[in-house]
Amino acid sequence: MKTKLFSYSVGNTVIHKMSGGTKFLCFVMTSLAAMLTYDIRVLLFIAVFSYSLLPVAKITWKQIRGLMYYFFAFLWLNVVLTYLFSPEAGVEMFGTRTLLLTITSRYTITAEQLLYQFAKAMKYIAVIPMGMIFIFTTESSEFAASLSTAGISYKISYAVSLTLRYFPDVQRDYQTISFAQQARGLEMSKKAKLIDRFKYAAQIIFPLIISSLTMIEKITNAMDLRGFGKKKKRTWYSRRPMNAADYGAIAVTGTIAAVTILMMIFAPYGRFWNPMI
Amino acid sequence: MDEQIAVRFEHFTFQYYAQAEPTLHDINLEIRKHEKVLIVGPSGSGKSTLAHCINGLIPFAFKGKIEGKLELDGQDTAGMNIFDRSIKVGTVLQDSDTQFVGLSVAEDIAFAMENDCVPQEEMKRRVAEVGQIVGVDSILGSEPSEISGGQKQRTTLAGVLVNHAEILLFDEPLANLDPATGKTAIEIIDTVHRTQNKTTIIIEHRLEDVLHRPVDRIILMKEGRILADTDPHSLCASSLLVANGIREPLYLSALKRAGVKITADMQPGYMDTIRLPEDCVEQYRAWNERQAAPEAAPEGEELLRVEDVSFSYLGQKDNVSSVSFSLRKGEMIALIGRNGAGKSTLSKLICGIARPDKGRILCGGEDTAPMSIKEIADRIGFVMQNPNQMISKAMIYDEVALGLRYRGVPEEDIRPRVERALKVCGLDEFIEWPISALSFGQKKRVTIAAILVLEPSIMILDEPTAGQDYKHYTEIMDFLEQINRLGITVILVTHDMHLMQEYTSRAIVMNNSRLLASGRPSDILTNRELIESANLKETSLFTLCEKLGIQDASRFIQNFIDFERKERRK
Repeated sequence: MKTKLFSYSVGNTVIHKMSGGTKFLCFVMTSLAAMLTYDIRVLLFIAVFSYSLLPVAKITWKQIRGLMYYFFAFLWLNVVLTYLFSPEAGVEMFGTRTLLLTITSRYTITAEQLLYQFAKAMKYIAVIPMGMIFIFTTESSEFAASLSTAGISYKISYAVSLTLRYFPDVQRDYQTISFAQQARGLEMSKKAKLIDRFKYAAQIIFPLIISSLTMIEKITNAMDLRGFGKKKKRTWYSRRPMNAADYGAIAVTGTIAAVTILMMIFAPYGRFWNPMI
Repeated sequence: MDEQIAVRFEHFTFQYYAQAEPTLHDINLEIRKHEKVLIVGPSGSGKSTLAHCINGLIPFAFKGKIEGKLELDGQDTAGMNIFDRSIKVGTVLQDSDTQFVGLSVAEDIAFAMENDCVPQEEMKRRVAEVGQIVGVDSILGSEPSEISGGQKQRTTLAGVLVNHAEILLFDEPLANLDPATGKTAIEIIDTVHRTQNKTTIIIEHRLEDVLHRPVDRIILMKEGRILADTDPHSLCASSLLVANGIREPLYLSALKRAGVKITADMQPGYMDTIRLPEDCVEQYRAWNERQAAPEAAPEGEELLRVEDVSFSYLGQKDNVSSVSFSLRKGEMIALIGRNGAGKSTLSKLICGIARPDKGRILCGGEDTAPMSIKEIADRIGFVMQNPNQMISKAMIYDEVALGLRYRGVPEEDIRPRVERALKVCGLDEFIEWPISALSFGQKKRVTIAAILVLEPSIMILDEPTAGQDYKHYTEIMDFLEQINRLGITVILVTHDMHLMQEYTSRAIVMNNSRLLASGRPSDILTNRELIESANLKETSLFTLCEKLGIQDASRFIQNFIDFERKERRK
């Protein structure tokens, strides 16, 4: 069975042709802007910008559906927990208090809290398409090269590449081990109680860890024998050259990041633009 | 200093820090440039340690105490780091999966060049060049999950060639390949040796398979010492191989059985070179006539019946298509075919891990379709190739008891059953031991005990002897034969022709998800058409028969097998 961590979507769009390093850099810069600001106008702009890139890269909803469901589930959990733990965070940040509804004395709903939570969710929503574009339009063999272009140490970059390389192998080992346990009578199906299924999963993890450790040792040796880490730098076979589109993309996202940061520094309201004032 | 010496060991002794005794004792060895040398020896003979000393994993990855001197290319290795060594020695490790670190074939070949900061254009040029030498030029863009084990090994070889290393070191290149692919691997190694003018060192215990192509010298190791350093003909004519746990080429065993005396003059090292004495054929005929009629296969009641079973993983073409066969009680059969032929999918279907899309499987007359995996496991046990993938407990007792505990058997009933199973496996004195204290072969027995304790009537074993040297191979197989005599029906899933030939009474051949044939091993091994279509490897016994002009090769091979079997049981 062929299994991959991410599925690269073959395509020939302008985004596919860009270097993976560019896409990663653009993702980092947009994320930087989105993470720093709470200005809802900026966040909405970034969201519109990055969602409009999805059709450019010919990425369909069907391809990203699975990941998006996970993403929204986690985001929803995050929103709920944020409210439960700090229902007044928005008030503190924006400095005003516009009461809309009182549930209990601790849990009230204020316009500021709504704005704060909306902005916080938007941060993630706005950058997720950029991440998807990076993942789906970059060939896996180019990932490591891309990361190192963005200034990350090549040893760390290569670790990412190795994760992609060996994920299917570990998955295959998991299946084999799980098969062995089931053939001895371990009930992994829905018939078993949930608690038992957790307990039994441990029976599979133990041999899996052992086999993975052995594998890591062998991989390390093989890499040493081929001179990995010999020099401070290395070249990349699958790195794509930069072209005009690359520079353009970097300029656009760079401008977004720069404008966002300048607004934070020079606008009187700083990071928190408050429409209530 | 002699310019012509690639590797020179001088009074070289090595001891791992974790061991009480040196693993290599006072090694003196010279390997000349452009020479092709085979190093053989049983497990634990120190041959892998010797390889690690050459490529630098010793002392850089495996620590220990070194005495004496090792020179590569006239240069003392004492002052070299592992990178200096990697320029001189290119290593192809036995596990081509862990050595394939790139995300595509081309990228993996380029790996060493990337680390050396070679510019991209030059990398592309060199990758294309060596890709052609080893025959991966058409799959340069493929990912590791898309290619076969043999192709991975070729990629690794290309990745080593790209580095211009003068010495090529192959550490058990045949270990993970099916025999037909292994044969091709030996041919590629030979081609590269001849055309690229490299010094080639092969570490293997499968002597006959390596000698498919000529080597200049064979070095026989045992217990950390060099026992023999000679040419293939002299070694094969000597009694050293058998005495030291190396399997001699099968055609030589057969000749010896018939009373032919093997001398170095006969050039017995290779099947192609051996010159047989004139009277040899007559000697043979006489021997063949003297043998009793072949043993009849057991005629027990039918135990397992696979009826027109088809199965495919979601969205793929059939992995098993319309397979039917039946198994009698007490049989020991082989399920053979090359990697990917559908053998393991069929085993999964029999064990109930996967369920047939079409057809049915009957065990003891009962349809297994409504049974749970657990219920099928009470009847049919499955033992994996690698014991480490089965063992999930730290203690032997707990590991063997696990299946019974899954079934809720009361603890007081478990103990006697575990004791009984361990006794059968010869492990009763280890009952309270931790598994980590056991050898590989003993671990294998633990996994077999863990299945035996469930008292299945059928046992399926996946490649039970993979990666084992001749001694351990014989131990494991003799043990399985014993289990079989206790009344347990055994299915061996394997691509090892020797194993099928020596230990089973019947073989089922699969290829391309279909059942191609079912019959006596000796009939299958003498059917050239079948051998070719199933991509098996013919044994040298068959080639010998042809060379001798023996008409009824099947009868002859059967006689030989039966004779060997009787000898073994004595």
